[in-house]
Amino acid sequence: MPKKRILTASQAINEATIMAMKKDNSVYVIGEGVNDPKEIFGTTKNLKKIFTSKRVIETPISENAMTGLCIGSAMMGLKPIQIHQRVDFAILALEQIINNCAKAFFVSNSKHTVPMVIRMIIGRGWGQGPMHSQILDSLFAQIPGLKVIMPTFPKDFKGMILSAIKDRNPVVILEHRWLHNIKGDVPKKYYLNNINKIKKINNGHDLTIVANGYNLLEVIELKKILKDEKISFDLFDLNILQPLETNAIINSVKKTGRILVIDSGFKNLGIGSEIISRISETCMEKLKSKPLRIGLPFVPTPSSRFLAKSYYLNKKRILISILQVLNKKKIKNNLSKKIKSNIPIDVPDLSFKGPF
Amino acid sequence: MISKKNTKKIYFDLLKIRTIEEIISERYKEQEMRCPIHLSIGQEAIAVGICHNLNNYDQIVSNHRCHAHYLAKGGDEKKMINEFYGNSDGCSGGRGGSMHLFDQKKGILSSVPIVSSSIPVGVGAGFSFKYNKKKNIAVIFIGDAAIEEGVFYESLNYAKIFSLPVLFVCENNLFSCFTNINERQPKNLIKKISKSFGMKTHFLNGNNAIQIANKSKKIIEEIRLKNEPQFILLDTYRVLEHCGPYEDDHLNYRNKKEIKYWKENCPLKKLEKILVSNKILSKSSLRNYRLSYKKKYNLIFEDCKKSKFLGTKLNNIKLYA
Repeated sequence: MPKKRILTASQAINEATIMAMKKDNSVYVIGEGVNDPKEIFGTTKNLKKIFTSKRVIETPISENAMTGLCIGSAMMGLKPIQIHQRVDFAILALEQIINNCAKAFFVSNSKHTVPMVIRMIIGRGWGQGPMHSQILDSLFAQIPGLKVIMPTFPKDFKGMILSAIKDRNPVVILEHRWLHNIKGDVPKKYYLNNINKIKKINNGHDLTIVANGYNLLEVIELKKILKDEKISFDLFDLNILQPLETNAIINSVKKTGRILVIDSGFKNLGIGSEIISRISETCMEKLKSKPLRIGLPFVPTPSSRFLAKSYYLNKKRILISILQVLNKKKIKNNLSKKIKSNIPIDVPDLSFKGPF
Repeated sequence: MISKKNTKKIYFDLLKIRTIEEIISERYKEQEMRCPIHLSIGQEAIAVGICHNLNNYDQIVSNHRCHAHYLAKGGDEKKMINEFYGNSDGCSGGRGGSMHLFDQKKGILSSVPIVSSSIPVGVGAGFSFKYNKKKNIAVIFIGDAAIEEGVFYESLNYAKIFSLPVLFVCENNLFSCFTNINERQPKNLIKKISKSFGMKTHFLNGNNAIQIANKSKKIIEEIRLKNEPQFILLDTYRVLEHCGPYEDDHLNYRNKKEIKYWKENCPLKKLEKILVSNKILSKSSLRNYRLSYKKKYNLIFEDCKKSKFLGTKLNNIKLYA
């Protein structure tokens, strides 16, 4: 067994970027703050030192033109990695993303490609508020022509970003801020992870769970509590939102008869709505209980931690939802008590001291 | 100075565009070209004059009124006409229609109907030239209304701050659809804005193809040499309606005197005068060229009209490369 190599997700992103840039001179990094001392939460560390400001480009605060510039250069053969420190800033570039980025391949009768990566960071906690913590996953997943991915684990961050850079299509990466410090085994070599088909990451019998991002980690942490009750589940890491490939989920539901989809974004018109619709259309007769989707309530994110407390999902709420799908309300209180946390609601872990 | 030979070439380029545009205008009522069209009649000199000084690797981007730019840069006319008819042999296989003309081989990167949307894409092409140390330039064709969009300012800023080989060509035809520039912009903003970004700015008569070719030659050479963006503003006029094949003077949104002035200053007439007075071509040969072009391109339209759609069915269209 090779020794494990533990990196944080932000280190994995950094390593992937350096590898891709070394491998291919046409790859460049561009964004507001890519060269500043905060280094996009460490993800652009050392890039300027290695590749100079020719390939690591600090920019004016003009997201829309920056995106168009990336698109034009990508149509000419370059491979931009554009970074937004918050998804919310990318909204200023929606015209370019939706019209030119997503449609160039289609409207050129497949002659133009836009091999471009757009990293958008999702904020959470520490009072980020309504315009620093939007997820907008289903917004981007609504646009034909874009690929949309949302890695969770450090090794996936590396492999999926490398795949996104190599891909000939525009790839939006929704990157949860609370995942940057998550640690995990990351192989040292150059490797590519699939960005076209989601994977099952846990096998079980009693229900099917689909989750991504920070929620996925919470589900994994519930595994032991549920195992003690002899409950097992199929778990899908929904780290690819577009192309949305749901056959494996449907096959799993045919087996378990129960489905819970946990959206990182809004429950209302979220990805979960689409997945459950597809299940309803294809295998409703196999369902033993009502399908359930959970996600954010349909209001903007409040800043105050006292309000945010009931805004985000947490382990306890996910557990209750699992038990609801299993029709096991009786053991609810009993199990809920087992979930204890000394971490405040507005930080990912105790090491996080703000401000961003 | 432009040689006799090149003067003739400019004339043939302009005549070709005018002829094709007039045929579209005549045939549109056949209801076979079923997409919105924005004819360039009256504005062709700018496209022809500028593109005269570009090579196939230089890139242009255009907007909804893209026919003249496409043809002047050498875009394949059959692919354009087929696109109007919705045919699979169209430049975008029937997917784009008239407002998305492009030709990879000829350096026509993209035309985009959302006002100003192609500007940063053109800046990106300029960026790629600088990145790859190529001596090419990107030309961005815009109208007067484009300067009202935020992305225009963002793009000027990028082009300047990154020192990119980009030429902005602003065709001021005074109207955004039916709305006069005076209702949309403070007086003379359009003349000042690029200067305020520290860009060399030039003012030219948009209906004099020879002069445009002459003056832009030097400008384009300078951009190639220095990797610095420049801006040309040209006054011109759209003869027909904003979108569609007809005149719309009866709607009275434009001043009658103004219309008369610009029709008298038609770029084709102007060019023909130059050709005759410099004894490059005779009046009778001009007449013959007009007739032979009309015949030649009418046949192409006829062919394209008969063409069958043999492209990919919607269900088989690939979403990803």
